[in-house]
Amino acid sequence: MRTMPDPSHTDRPLLRALALALASGLLAAAPVQAADTTAAQQLDRFSTAAGAPGQAERGRVFFTTAHGGEWSCASCHGARPVAPGRHASTGKALDALAPGFNPRAFTDTAKVDKWFRRNCKDVLQRECSAAEKADVLAWLLSLKP
Amino acid sequence: MKPTPLLPALLTLLALAPTARADGPLMPLRVPPAYTQECGACHTAYPPALLPARSWKRVMGGLEQHYGSDATLDPKTLQQLDGWLQQHAGTSRRAAEEPPQDRITRSAWFEREHRKIDAAVWKLPSVKSAAQCAACHGDADQGRFDERALRLPAGLSASQRRAWND
Repeated sequence: MRTMPDPSHTDRPLLRALALALASGLLAAAPVQAADTTAAQQLDRFSTAAGAPGQAERGRVFFTTAHGGEWSCASCHGARPVAPGRHASTGKALDALAPGFNPRAFTDTAKVDKWFRRNCKDVLQRECSAAEKADVLAWLLSLKP
Repeated sequence: MKPTPLLPALLTLLALAPTARADGPLMPLRVPPAYTQECGACHTAYPPALLPARSWKRVMGGLEQHYGSDATLDPKTLQQLDGWLQQHAGTSRRAAEEPPQDRITRSAWFEREHRKIDAAVWKLPSVKSAAQCAACHGDADQGRFDERALRLPAGLSASQRRAWND
């Protein structure tokens, strides 16, 4: 039988609530995010690799255009990704992509690399170049509340 | 001779026996955070018990072409999740079937459970896909699919709504 540990062997309601909160916190999945960077740093990184600063308008066009396949980046993230997106096949909700609307966006280098790898393969059937990533980041960073 | 406590023993056994219906949570007690994060990013994080081990093996071996998307993982995470899925794969009679394309939604038991749902309902914007369990099963990410805890997706017609209550 599966049961939660019972932390309530105490007479004091506050202590019981704290104990329960602690138990829930310990049992909750630990976040796997490294939070080791910022969106602006990632823009710098890709601009340096590309040899030129990312261009926001080029990034907007890149993001909202299909590149020979069925999807564009916007298909899941929205044409202006300032609100939660939706997976184009499954309907699953996705956090907003623009850093101005989602403070966790682009704050984990490994995640940035992983999602660019996967999703560029989905949209372009290849990896995105450093210039393309810089352009996209320049545009996403330009979207302000 | 003292009477043996047969009834409590029997009840305990019944409580411990795996149920055929999806009343309790289908997720194992421990879910690796990577499973929720990687395999639950684009769709419901499916309980491993819903597919047999051989189906999971094929899924994890083909992540470059994961139902039309690239879902590749770094080798370490791949190994971890592959192992976890193999360990917790379904062994019940109904999970023994390897469904077409290893799709849970094409299993015989899934189609039977959802047989009264109008084809048009799957295409509603609020549902979009049978793969989106959470459209109706609000607690799907915890592995709960209790028929008594369903929620109506937006956009059902009156007759579809009536069929819901059958």
